Amino acid sequence: MNKIKNLADLKKLQSEVQSKIKLREKGDSPEQLVQIKVSMATCGIASGAKETMNFLIEELDHQGIDAIVTQTGCMGYCYAEPTIELTIPGKAPVVYGFVNKNKALEIIEKHIKLNEMVDGIIPVAYSTIENK
Amino acid sequence: MAEYNMHILVCGGTGCKASESELIKSNFQHRLNEFGLSDEIQVVLTGCFGFCEKGPIVKILPDNTFYTQVTPEDVTEIVNEHIIKGRKVERLLYRDPETHELVGDSKGMDFYKKQIRIALRNCGFINPENIEEYIGRDGYAALGTCLSEKTPDEVIEMIKDSGLRGRGGGGFPTGLKWQLTRKSVSDQKYVVCNADEGDPGAFMDRSILEGDPHSVLEAMAICGYCVGADKGLVYIRAEYPLAIERLKIAINQAREYGLLGDDILGTGFNFDVEIRYGAGAFVCGEETALIHSMEGKRGEPTVKPPFPAEKGYNGKPTNVNNVETFANIPVIINKGPEWFASIGTEKSKGTKVFALAGKINNVGLIEVPMGITLREIIYDIGGGIKDGREFKAVQTGGPSGGCLTKSFLDTPIDYDNLVAAGSMMGSGGMIVLDDTDCMVAIAKFYLEFTLDESCGKCTPCRIGNKRLHEILEKITEGNGKVEDLDRLRLLSNVIKDTSLCGLGQTSPNPVLSTLDHFYDEYLAHVTTASCPAGQCKALMHYSIDPDKCTGCTLCFRNCPVGAISGERRAPHYIDQSLCIKCGVCVAKCKFDAVLIG
Repeated sequence: MNKIKNLADLKKLQSEVQSKIKLREKGDSPEQLVQIKVSMATCGIASGAKETMNFLIEELDHQGIDAIVTQTGCMGYCYAEPTIELTIPGKAPVVYGFVNKNKALEIIEKHIKLNEMVDGIIPVAYSTIENK
Repeated sequence: MAEYNMHILVCGGTGCKASESELIKSNFQHRLNEFGLSDEIQVVLTGCFGFCEKGPIVKILPDNTFYTQVTPEDVTEIVNEHIIKGRKVERLLYRDPETHELVGDSKGMDFYKKQIRIALRNCGFINPENIEEYIGRDGYAALGTCLSEKTPDEVIEMIKDSGLRGRGGGGFPTGLKWQLTRKSVSDQKYVVCNADEGDPGAFMDRSILEGDPHSVLEAMAICGYCVGADKGLVYIRAEYPLAIERLKIAINQAREYGLLGDDILGTGFNFDVEIRYGAGAFVCGEETALIHSMEGKRGEPTVKPPFPAEKGYNGKPTNVNNVETFANIPVIINKGPEWFASIGTEKSKGTKVFALAGKINNVGLIEVPMGITLREIIYDIGGGIKDGREFKAVQTGGPSGGCLTKSFLDTPIDYDNLVAAGSMMGSGGMIVLDDTDCMVAIAKFYLEFTLDESCGKCTPCRIGNKRLHEILEKITEGNGKVEDLDRLRLLSNVIKDTSLCGLGQTSPNPVLSTLDHFYDEYLAHVTTASCPAGQCKALMHYSIDPDKCTGCTLCFRNCPVGAISGERRAPHYIDQSLCIKCGVCVAKCKFDAVLIG
């Protein structure tokens, strides 16, 4: 990576990254992918988030489903760890709590493959700096 | 493959489940089946919406209709009217408490404004180990703006206008602190990030560093630009290995991208960040002790003044801010101080992150605007008290804070109101207590923590707290006297008045606050040797109700010390001299025959 030399450079990179993310989130491109974020703060990992993440990566790979599985920080739902956020291209993200291997498999089989929601969704209950 | 075009979300949180939300779900499924719609509409049980007061909640997607207080009988009407005919069932819609208008689309609901994520804006959203994801979310734009377009004084003015106050607990105005450090003249200055999170039950700083480390680095660089420092230090406890690892990755990435180091963004501004490890001492959260610890000396506080802004790390002017404080800075620059100041109360602006713990259903990390009430936090966001028990108090401010009782449920939470209520904001731990928690035991718990963490430098803290603890011990064992209560208060006040640093000056707060609000409970311990909450083991007395006991011998067989005797099919009896009050007999008895008094 070349160093960012000035503010204009930074803004350029920002818009590049943003359009990349947008592409991923809104699914405007043909290679739209299912995206899964696994909440991987210390508390999530202690509750088994690492196992869940590994399982998701292996199982999706095993089944030949193209998906991006990434880690993220604490979502704040400590009572429901491990938590994941699933985004199906073109749809609003959905957060699931208590995702162990069984739940992860159910999510893959039902939500990802059949587009059926699975019990255990955590509803979004906050506003962000964008919409405030 | 079924392609659902509509979803009915039924809340399956603890509160709503208690109000038959599972029956609501199955009623929906039955009705949809009757209409042959089960292939088109899916019914899903969700986690807690956090709006338990108005539960059970049913939300219909994609039109975002939000129904409250739905009963299983209402299902037919919702299906017939809303699903079949497309007409919303008005009587079940949420009504705005202020305007009394019906809210059809939940996006417009006030309820969603109860949590605003500013400091936590990227936590759980971006990959913390990828700087580009941070940059894509306006990351380092604030630093760029400050370096290229604003003078340090202009930036400090913005922070002052925003009304941001220190989130580590004290609530000192951040802009003013920066200005004081800027005014100090020196060849070298430092910016320090205080990540020594020590309150039991508080983990917001760790979560921010683990979920969004770049926001802290960016803010430290902005601070460096403002106060005239080219060196930043993060003081973090070694027991946060993941936060340290992510912070290291973030520092390396920022250096690689030229956002830390020399000549940042071609502006000639140099700033770099290093990590300093703490061994996890509570007193090192106090800024002078923290600085000594970083210097390699004992983590002991010294008298202020001189303040770190004049004479800090290595004797040079040092600006110390907490992690959460820093995480707010980039947003203030990007969105403007007016935007930030529009959130919160008159003297406490913005939001505060709280770690909600204890006897509450939705234990979690929440970020709420200042001025929210305790009731909203506990019942709307926290999902109410566990097992439907009664709310007793909330402990805020950790070992330096105090308890807020029922009478404060509707007090707007901000720095000044909490202090007026005998507690403090602290770093944001919020421990919810129910009617089974003994307040004397709670005070004793916090004092044990202080005893462990006192550095021992000054006598009132080292010896005074020990004596306080002994008195509390006596009381919880049933050997206390009424005079002890006055002695507790007197000694507490002496410790407060004569201790050197914040740790000692605030250590008796949990005792004083519980004495003020729960004097009757203390009195019960010393006059009748009983614990109203039934928590102090030494004061408990187990006995068997001969009318209920069937003589099944289950308690007899399970008692670990052989304190229970009796013939089969005849009432049993507990020998008090042998009973260790372990509670096994209570747990084992199938007839509720064991009484606790």
